[in-house]
Amino acid sequence: MIPEIGHYALVLALSVAALQAAVPMIGARMGADNLIMLAKPLARAQFLLIATSFITLIIAFVLTDLTVSYVVANSNSALPLFYRISAVWGAHEGSLLLWVLILSAWTFALTLFDKPLPLKLNADIIGILGIISFGFLLFTLFTSNPFDRVIPPPQSGRDLNPLLQDFGLIVHPPMLYMGYVGFAVPFAFAVAGLLNNQINSAWAKWVRPWTLIAWAFLGLGIALGSWWAYYELGWGGWWFWDPVENASFMPWLLGTALIHSVVVTQKKAIFKHWTVLLAIVTFGLSLVGTFLVRSGVLTSVHAFATDPARGVFILMFLAIVIGGALLVFTFYKPDAPQEPHGSALSRESFLLTNSVLLSVATATVLLGTLYPLMIDALGLGKISVGAPYFNSVFIPLMAPLLILIGLGQRAFWTNDSFRRLSNAAKYPLLATIILALGTWGMIDDTSPIMALFGLVLALWVIFSTLAGQIRHYRSSKKLTSPYLGQSISHIGFAITVIGITLVSSYGLEKHLRMSEGETTTFGGYEFRFAGASAISGPNYNGTEAIFLVHSENKFEARLAPQKRNYHSGGQTMTEAGISPGFTRDIYIALGEKINDTDWSVRLNIKPFVRLIWLGAILMALGAITALGFGNATKTSHQSQKSYRINTTTRISE
Amino acid sequence: MMHPLRKKRMQLICLGILGIGVALALILTAFEKNLMYFYSPSEIHAGDAPAKRPFRIGGMVVEGSVVRQAESLGVWFNLTDTANEQMVYFEGILPDLFREGQGIVAKGQMNKTGLFIASEVLAKHDENYMPPEVAEALENVSHNSEVD
Repeated sequence: MIPEIGHYALVLALSVAALQAAVPMIGARMGADNLIMLAKPLARAQFLLIATSFITLIIAFVLTDLTVSYVVANSNSALPLFYRISAVWGAHEGSLLLWVLILSAWTFALTLFDKPLPLKLNADIIGILGIISFGFLLFTLFTSNPFDRVIPPPQSGRDLNPLLQDFGLIVHPPMLYMGYVGFAVPFAFAVAGLLNNQINSAWAKWVRPWTLIAWAFLGLGIALGSWWAYYELGWGGWWFWDPVENASFMPWLLGTALIHSVVVTQKKAIFKHWTVLLAIVTFGLSLVGTFLVRSGVLTSVHAFATDPARGVFILMFLAIVIGGALLVFTFYKPDAPQEPHGSALSRESFLLTNSVLLSVATATVLLGTLYPLMIDALGLGKISVGAPYFNSVFIPLMAPLLILIGLGQRAFWTNDSFRRLSNAAKYPLLATIILALGTWGMIDDTSPIMALFGLVLALWVIFSTLAGQIRHYRSSKKLTSPYLGQSISHIGFAITVIGITLVSSYGLEKHLRMSEGETTTFGGYEFRFAGASAISGPNYNGTEAIFLVHSENKFEARLAPQKRNYHSGGQTMTEAGISPGFTRDIYIALGEKINDTDWSVRLNIKPFVRLIWLGAILMALGAITALGFGNATKTSHQSQKSYRINTTTRISE
Repeated sequence: MMHPLRKKRMQLICLGILGIGVALALILTAFEKNLMYFYSPSEIHAGDAPAKRPFRIGGMVVEGSVVRQAESLGVWFNLTDTANEQMVYFEGILPDLFREGQGIVAKGQMNKTGLFIASEVLAKHDENYMPPEVAEALENVSHNSEVD
């Protein structure tokens, strides 16, 4: 009975979505205010219906209702309660339902903050979100219904993929989807803005907070996924350039360009076409990501579906939504000609370069991800593009970006002089050189030149950001949230770069064979394999090995990596033993039992690996800070002015 | 003397072209070095696989073919697409789902004696999972034998 309620609510949501897609937009065209007014109640009704549907699916999982085939395939009663709940989005059908739930939640949130928006623009935004929701609900109901029944029910359910029985799965997909789907909001703003010929500073001001929130969530979601892969897959890697990772990374990269471009549109009413195009393509990449992950064209933990119909549906939907948006874009002609750009040396031109670099970076990732698929589709063979490709194109694109961050955030809007800018960059550059040389002396001769290079760039960003922040605080006499947020995010980015640099340059890995009682030294640590014993958990049994790690007679850690065999499905899983630390992680994973006493063992030393995720958290935190509290944007405008005046007087002195 | 606005636009366009040019150069060289093709044991047998470049191989691990070195992590095994077999050597930790009869993919290079030296062995985390390349290789073999 309960699953029927969920199913029925979903069908109702589909009809409400159809109304939401049609009625307000038609009303806006006809000038019928009573139809426009329906946007809000329709959007809210849709959210309630999808939420109802989602809750009934959770209930089906909590009660392990074995008449629902999706429950049978992904859960069983031996699974702990938390994992039974997160199993709801552990496979294709449920994660799609989560997708539409989050979309309707974003739309619902929009209806709460729609006061400043013009009525027609708002009607179109809600309408466009309705179209997207309609498409995905249709997809869910016709190809991936999570409420399908199995009669007669089987004796017990299969199991959630053991990889996914983890805290990471509870939080990673919802977080990631908040970001992915959140970019539907700037997309809807962009298309609605084009339709109403209303792409201007006010438009940019309205869309900016939504973009920042979506971007923050997506960044956190990616970082969580990276952290989860690091400790759960047992390979000790934090990023693999796997197509599925790239699928979430591309909208983030382009979204980064978007959050910068939208600032220029807000402050200077320029870059309008570009900002709108970025908003459209970023959401397009979210849909491409959904296609890649859900169509089964890729092979990974994330690719659950192998039903070609699903892939075709998403591809068609992508073509219609993005194709339609781009069509609207080509017909868009702004009323007034764009005001002339400032000089070649200005904040705007730095932000333009930011856009170019990030778009090119996104394109290279897209190419590396799609190229094997295209070659395969054309029957030209099966190829794979490995991590070395991505590293060798990505790093040369990020290096200039880091240099320009340091300069760009110090540059004036409209017009700046080379002399003034180099003056502003003087002290941060000096500090960077001194600290880099100091560190260079500390590290031994074998230290790769790449490590120094990465450190110098990251330190440069940190020092120039700090200098900019101090300067801004001195001249405005208070912390303004957009500026502070920007500083936090840039420092976060630099910290991530430091983490990546150190762990890739100084990380150590060794595969070896060890017997119980054996001791080995590796990377300055002494590892003692103390013994292995049998263990059993709620739905698995296995072996736990104990390793004692010492460094120069000081006890460092007692690690207990495990090998688990899950009862249903008979899958084997590696649980790494990790001793986390700010300066280093010690990471041990069991390979396999070779004979009575010997195991193959993977030892890893990961210096400063935590900085990668710490930086990602700071980036998201910065975005949230930039949203500000109260009337922050206004304050920032004023302070910007006073900043300019102050500097002008200083120069004239 | 160019109009300042036009001059600025030219500068921007040049900047854009420069960026795209550099990116293209990077991409092409990186592609050249890092593309890896897939070959089945039958294709290797027919001499289609490159001798001096790394590539990927896939197939089922032949039952009873896994042999371990006594003191290290070295392991030999045969991969089959049911028509031909290829011997593979790997030193390191095998994935959790590596077992006899399982479909796997390995990255590596042929040595002079016709042994495939694997640098990485991949098996996915699902006991029913078959890498698509392997599935296709098996399908091709059964297809050919039907034609014969």
